[in-house]
Amino acid sequence: MKVRAQMGMVMNLDKCIGCHTCSVTCKNVWTNRRGTEYVWFNNVETKPGRGYPVDYEDQAKWKGGWELDRRGKLKLKAGGPLRKLASIFYNPDLPELDAYYDPWTYDYDKLISSPASDQQPVARPKSQVTGDSLDLNWGPNWEDDLAGSAEHAVHDPNFRNIQEEVRQGFEETFMVYLPRICEHCVNPACVASCPSGAMYKREEDGIVLVDQEACRSWRFCVSGCPYKKVYFNWNTGKAEKCNFCFPRIEAGMPTVCSETCVGRLRHLGVVLIDTDRVEAAASVADDKDLLDAQLDLMLDPDDPEVREQALRDGIPADWLDAASNSPVYAMAKKWRIALPLHPEYRTLPMVWYVPPLSPIESVGAELIRDGGDEENIFAAIDQMRIPIGYLASILAAGDPEPVRLSLERLVAMRRYMRDVNLGNEVRPSIATEAGMEPHELEEMFRMVAIGDYDDRYVIPRRHGEVSPDAFTAQGSCGIDFANGAPVPGVGAMTGVDAPDPYGGALASASSGEVTERGALAQEAPDPEFDIRDLLVKRHPAETAGEGDHA
Amino acid sequence: MADNQDSRRGRQFFKGNLKSEDGWNEISLRGRDWEQSYRERWQHDRVVRSTHGVNCTGSCSWKIHVKDGLVTWETQQTDYPSNGPETPDYEPRGCPRGASFSWYVYSPLRPKFPYVRGELLGMYREARERLGDPVEAWASIVEDPEKARAYKSRRGKGGFLRSSWDEVTELIAAAHVHTIRKYGPDRIIGFSPIPAMSQVSYAAGSRFLSLIGGVPLSFYDWYADLPPASPQIWGDQTDVPESADWWDASYLILWGSNIPQTRTPDAHFMTEARYRGQKVIVVSPDYAGNTKFADQWLPATAGTDGALAMAMGHVILKEFFVDRETPYFGEYARRFTDLPFLVELEDRGDGTWRGGSMLRAEAVGDTGEHAEWKTVLIDSRNGQPVVPNGTIGDRWGKEGEGKWNLDLGEVEPELSLLGSHDELVEVTLPRFDGGETEGGTTMVRGVPARRIGDRLVTTVFDLALAQYGVSREGLPGEWPSGYDDPSQPYTPAWQAGQTGVDAAVCEQVAREFAENAEQTRGRSMIVMGAGTNHWFHSDQTYRSMLSLLLFCGCQGVNGGGWAHYVGQEKVRPITGWQTLAFALDWNRPPRHQAGTPFWYLASDQWRYEKYGADEFTSPAGPGKTELQHTADCYAQAVRLGWTPAAPALDRNPLELADEAAEAGVKPADYVVEELKAGRLGFACEDPDDPANFPRILNLWRANLLGSSSKGHEYFLKHLLGTDSGIRSAESDPEHRPRDVKWRDEAPEGKLDLFMTIDFRMNGSCLYSDVVLPAATWYEKHDISSTDLHPFVHPFNEAVPPPWEAKTDWTTFNLIARKFSELAGKHLGTRTDIVTAPLLHDTPEELAQPGGIVRDWRKGECEPIPGRTMPKLIPVERDYTQVGAKMNALGPLVEKLGIGAKGVTWKPEVEVGELGRRNGIQREGPGEGRPKIETDIDACEVILSLSGTTNGRLAVESFKVLGARTGKELASISEERIDERINFRELAVQPRKVIASAEWSGVESRERRYSPFTSNIEHLIPFRTLTGRQSFYVDHQWMLEMGEGLPAYRPPVAAGQMTGLGGSPEPAEAVEVTVRYLTPHSKWSIHSEFQDNLHMLTLFRGGPAMWISENDAEKAGVRDNDWLEVYNQHGAVSCRAVVSRRIPDGAAFFYHSQDRHVNVPISEITGHRGGTDNSLTRITMKPTHMIGGYAQFSYAFNYYGPCGTQRDQLILIRKRQGEVSYQ
Repeated sequence: MKVRAQMGMVMNLDKCIGCHTCSVTCKNVWTNRRGTEYVWFNNVETKPGRGYPVDYEDQAKWKGGWELDRRGKLKLKAGGPLRKLASIFYNPDLPELDAYYDPWTYDYDKLISSPASDQQPVARPKSQVTGDSLDLNWGPNWEDDLAGSAEHAVHDPNFRNIQEEVRQGFEETFMVYLPRICEHCVNPACVASCPSGAMYKREEDGIVLVDQEACRSWRFCVSGCPYKKVYFNWNTGKAEKCNFCFPRIEAGMPTVCSETCVGRLRHLGVVLIDTDRVEAAASVADDKDLLDAQLDLMLDPDDPEVREQALRDGIPADWLDAASNSPVYAMAKKWRIALPLHPEYRTLPMVWYVPPLSPIESVGAELIRDGGDEENIFAAIDQMRIPIGYLASILAAGDPEPVRLSLERLVAMRRYMRDVNLGNEVRPSIATEAGMEPHELEEMFRMVAIGDYDDRYVIPRRHGEVSPDAFTAQGSCGIDFANGAPVPGVGAMTGVDAPDPYGGALASASSGEVTERGALAQEAPDPEFDIRDLLVKRHPAETAGEGDHA
Repeated sequence: MADNQDSRRGRQFFKGNLKSEDGWNEISLRGRDWEQSYRERWQHDRVVRSTHGVNCTGSCSWKIHVKDGLVTWETQQTDYPSNGPETPDYEPRGCPRGASFSWYVYSPLRPKFPYVRGELLGMYREARERLGDPVEAWASIVEDPEKARAYKSRRGKGGFLRSSWDEVTELIAAAHVHTIRKYGPDRIIGFSPIPAMSQVSYAAGSRFLSLIGGVPLSFYDWYADLPPASPQIWGDQTDVPESADWWDASYLILWGSNIPQTRTPDAHFMTEARYRGQKVIVVSPDYAGNTKFADQWLPATAGTDGALAMAMGHVILKEFFVDRETPYFGEYARRFTDLPFLVELEDRGDGTWRGGSMLRAEAVGDTGEHAEWKTVLIDSRNGQPVVPNGTIGDRWGKEGEGKWNLDLGEVEPELSLLGSHDELVEVTLPRFDGGETEGGTTMVRGVPARRIGDRLVTTVFDLALAQYGVSREGLPGEWPSGYDDPSQPYTPAWQAGQTGVDAAVCEQVAREFAENAEQTRGRSMIVMGAGTNHWFHSDQTYRSMLSLLLFCGCQGVNGGGWAHYVGQEKVRPITGWQTLAFALDWNRPPRHQAGTPFWYLASDQWRYEKYGADEFTSPAGPGKTELQHTADCYAQAVRLGWTPAAPALDRNPLELADEAAEAGVKPADYVVEELKAGRLGFACEDPDDPANFPRILNLWRANLLGSSSKGHEYFLKHLLGTDSGIRSAESDPEHRPRDVKWRDEAPEGKLDLFMTIDFRMNGSCLYSDVVLPAATWYEKHDISSTDLHPFVHPFNEAVPPPWEAKTDWTTFNLIARKFSELAGKHLGTRTDIVTAPLLHDTPEELAQPGGIVRDWRKGECEPIPGRTMPKLIPVERDYTQVGAKMNALGPLVEKLGIGAKGVTWKPEVEVGELGRRNGIQREGPGEGRPKIETDIDACEVILSLSGTTNGRLAVESFKVLGARTGKELASISEERIDERINFRELAVQPRKVIASAEWSGVESRERRYSPFTSNIEHLIPFRTLTGRQSFYVDHQWMLEMGEGLPAYRPPVAAGQMTGLGGSPEPAEAVEVTVRYLTPHSKWSIHSEFQDNLHMLTLFRGGPAMWISENDAEKAGVRDNDWLEVYNQHGAVSCRAVVSRRIPDGAAFFYHSQDRHVNVPISEITGHRGGTDNSLTRITMKPTHMIGGYAQFSYAFNYYGPCGTQRDQLILIRKRQGEVSYQ
């Protein structure tokens, strides 16, 4: 057992109102600049739908994430290092700009500066990339609220896995809002895909980052990530991604998307992961066992043995307390109401989702006429209009049971609490039938319904004092001009006496190849290249001649 | 990074060892210095608390982040005072629109300097130079028809030139001086809506207007957000629960209000309450954002909600009142509603009767004070008629002192006369589900009746059972055979035919709703909004929905009652605010005008009527009143003092005062004589006479043209005099008004000056003569409140106004000073005569007894100002002191007192405190008075003079109200008597307001605000005729409409264009005709934010219309195709959004879609494609003009015709040719 602390998030889709505030606040803070116009670290999709970038869930097309080879060994779907090397100037799985959208703006200034004319002035759309007029036909949220459903929603890859017929008429309509950020996976395919060793997962909190100094623009991370949550900044020529707002997290503050979520559906917390068993967990044979395998990796923070090992592994005591109070652990593991997004990608994602309840199907009217359940004014799971199979395709590798369990527990909570609310005699059996104790249902209620700020976000802070010269740093932090004192430490959270190990190996490959690839990547592409050149499948370097780079 | 310790980084959790046990994870130790750049990105220099003064009910407090002198972004504040441990808190509050605001601050869309259109500026500069006097210069342009035409016809077509603040304020001031001198101050109009969203900014302009005698227009009714049912039922404009009270509801119907979309920061209370066992029902025509949260979705066809509600009422009345009487419901109905009150039955002469006036105390021998205003019920103990306490007859007289309460004593009101009746009679009732006209047909049903003296009476309850079709043994008439009878209103099966909602579902939801209310004593709630309110007959729809709440005892209960959420922002510190805003400290009354009739006449939409108001009268009505052309109805309502008029008379009121002085008579007497002699008329009787044009329109905090201008194209043509896309012909002679004068040639370009203050170059700015650059919400001080949360909190200046932008407060002060300077020569001190209507919450609401229409013009009564006609009040105006008065708190505050809702106090203590806080003016008219120089000074005035923000005044307000009701009320707010909320405190943290008689709810630290809880718990009457919540309204015009009781009236079908037509006639193409629905946008708040790049990016980048897959197929339209959408009023060019969540036969076009971003030239009109309002027109319901009668008395934004817009049909076709923008 080796214990690491991992930041995680739970989004309660049953509370998501699809407002996109998270997207906007995130964009303002992180990607509101040249080169990242088209980048939304956080976006919200209406499902059924194709998503952003288009059809990202279709791994037959994009080859993101992991799969098991014939011998049951975990490997990148896009192929191992050799295939990467072979295709390093031509990545066949890279989405083009059109798969995201051509970011646009308008000639707003015309409204003020227009000379006298025959018609009222107007601001026309134009490309932010080329400045040319643009005919808008796709955007980052083109399908909002089922817009264009006949042409788009029907292509949702999640329909492929459903056995029963899903009717698509007005009367049968349903929708789900799916907010997405980087999953900060325990087994990140992007990190494994990076030829430059520029991507890493922080040891202290598991946040996955792209080193902006080390990135060499290969963009294998972009294609390797099955969630398409690593983006290419065409201005800097570097990959960028959601950084889990680490500058805020380090200070004990929630991510921007979480704090600004007015649906109050995001929960942040630490889970303890046994890193010794990651490969095994990601390699279970049946996709449907991945959920349990991942839950298995999540260690019980109240288990004395785990605590002891965690302390030994350098995790501070207050982080362990945070893990004990972690809403993520509670929702995912204790109550099993939160589920991972597409566990079948085998990246062991760390952003989990509570599936949504939905209105009774329109055929419900007949059920009512027939009498139905007098006692229970809420519908049964099977009467709800979102097909469980559809949710299972998104959140449980197609297995309906975990989705069913989660929904049943939500309904049990509503029934149980209605009695409390109305002053009726409470019925413990409602809880026990859902496999929970009454007090657990009540705790769950406090978390998802009352959800005070400090309960939604349990975030241990960075330990600045472990810097070897905290005393000096205190007086000089922030000063970095010539002859100033050293900048205080970053990221060094634990164990000042630990040796400085050196690594450099790709997670999935032997270190020998890395050196070669590092050499390959010495020269970065010219950042002046047009985004169209950089984002299309052909690497610009190719035109300059491969020899220059090899 | 010098230190290796700091450069360690994990790769796959490695630490200590190079590899994990399974070899899967290793560590890398490259430097992590680079992480510092993301940390620096996050860092900032300052965080300032501010908010967005946008017309939504969010009123969210935000952290504005400033870095390097720039506003970088905003994130939500999370520090609201807690709701306690058992309720979710208000944090965070905000939405994507608010979060995108920082984009505006430095955007290319922002006017950074004052601009004037070239033609006008050139002429002004030339004339100014030539004549030397700004006022004469202005006059020389606007009085010269050719010059006037030259600049007016250029409106909207570019060509702005930069001006300076000096030059532009002089031009504006000159225009104001000239207009007052030549036409009168009531020709100067100001439009700015929703003061709650930035109270000082609103007050800046309205204070200036009120000092000069100009006219602020109402907006709540104009926006169609006012629910007229609220004044009709409660005598209250609107009062609703804060959103946290949704948490207290255990049954919630979301009905025509898409909470996630339009109450974004509040929606969580609903999602969370479900976990507490709340059942959620959604009634919406489409699968909307809120439908997702429903347990059951009732997809009622748009506009048929009233039918569903009436059928639910049918079920509830039958099962909870008739089959068995539910004790809680019965008790509530008897005490808090007018259901037990007696209604006189009038003989129709065909063997049936009809409901007439409510029986008055006179009829039972009461000859005391205000007996004609006291209503009667039967005491079931002895079967005798009795006048209970608390009717409006107790509200104003001496005898009523201490009696205006809902204490019934020993009296037990009788709900039904069945059993104690003298006769069973048939009454003729209206039904609107058929018939030749909109007035529908009739049905005959029986009621038990008694004779009291020579009158036959029944109870409101008995009448209601007949109306709802709930039969009882032995009653004559036609009744439904059961729930499954589809032929008779208002059964569940009947509603299924109207709404498409399954009858069994209707029945089940009604039953559950009532069962829940019975079990919880009223904790069933209905959230309602624009979807049910933006209709011509919304008052009827609302009354039928609200009746469900009244039947079930839900109103005035935490977790129960109505939650009307559209446009209802609440100025919590109302008293201080209105004192400041309408300069009540200096002169009274202010000139207030109802927005809808003003625009109706000003934009000449009255010239396009295709039917008269008589189209709507019911054959069940008395048929005594002729309701003709809507403009005639309005003219009559003005003449009788019911509703205001501005411009008021067809002569300059300053001249009238001079003439009166010359004649040596009182101004009011002079005006009455002139009117009687026919030498003087009302301006509304000849709106196209140039003497009666509105001449100046000042627009601030508003986008009239891009947002609210119903009948947009008519505005362009007649008010502005520029190109328009009107496709309708004017009225045929038989549809023209009888009293209002028709001039053969319709005027174009009535306005001389159209001035807009804004920070966005939006539709209104594009058509303005003058555009002034406004400070944004991050660049000024102000205060904000709403009814969705119980806090008041500030705007603060995160950065100073950039470029030449100025705050509204500064701008209007500059204009006022320049105005006073120019007024010295041209105006001086004058007497103005203000024509004002009979006001609600004053003794004037007792002006016209019985709700009988008596017109002095027709010789039916004498013209007596303040009784049978408007008040005529002389007001002295020293025009040279306007600037100085802006900056001091005038003396009327203590002299006459201030207050709200008929409760008045004299805040001497507070004026003293204000002087010490703001400083004392040392000269001018305000010498010795508190200063109001800065915007912060103005905030302090608002906060210190209001009960909600000043504990001493809160207690005072309840003492005053307690004296009238005879109840001890001061204890409601006693616990907070010591609190004084001031501006600096707000900057630290939002503050929870104090319960005050200015509002109707009891609230405290952990108790949520819910309206009318103080009425219910402290027996304070409702401000209505009976003092109770009204099912029955007996004004003559209401009865003519067949609206004495709630009824279902379908969407208006009259006058619609349903095929190719209009002018120019569009070429043949496949098209579909659908209902035009204009819900509030997901990506903007009205027109604000819709031009924001973030918001445009998050959807389709421009105007888009949602249509169903079937309708799209019929019209050959695919998703994202360009559409041409049109009807007789104009045309819109937009993209198609084809979706299965939209029902067939309806199209959704988010309202307030402006025409300045990504709008091509329409191939139908040849002009720029229109706004959403290019497809609408103003239609007014005459009953909204009623006045002088109890709760049917005027107050600003309280009662008035609504500018509804959902009864329209439109034609949709695929664009035939290429898209062109020029």
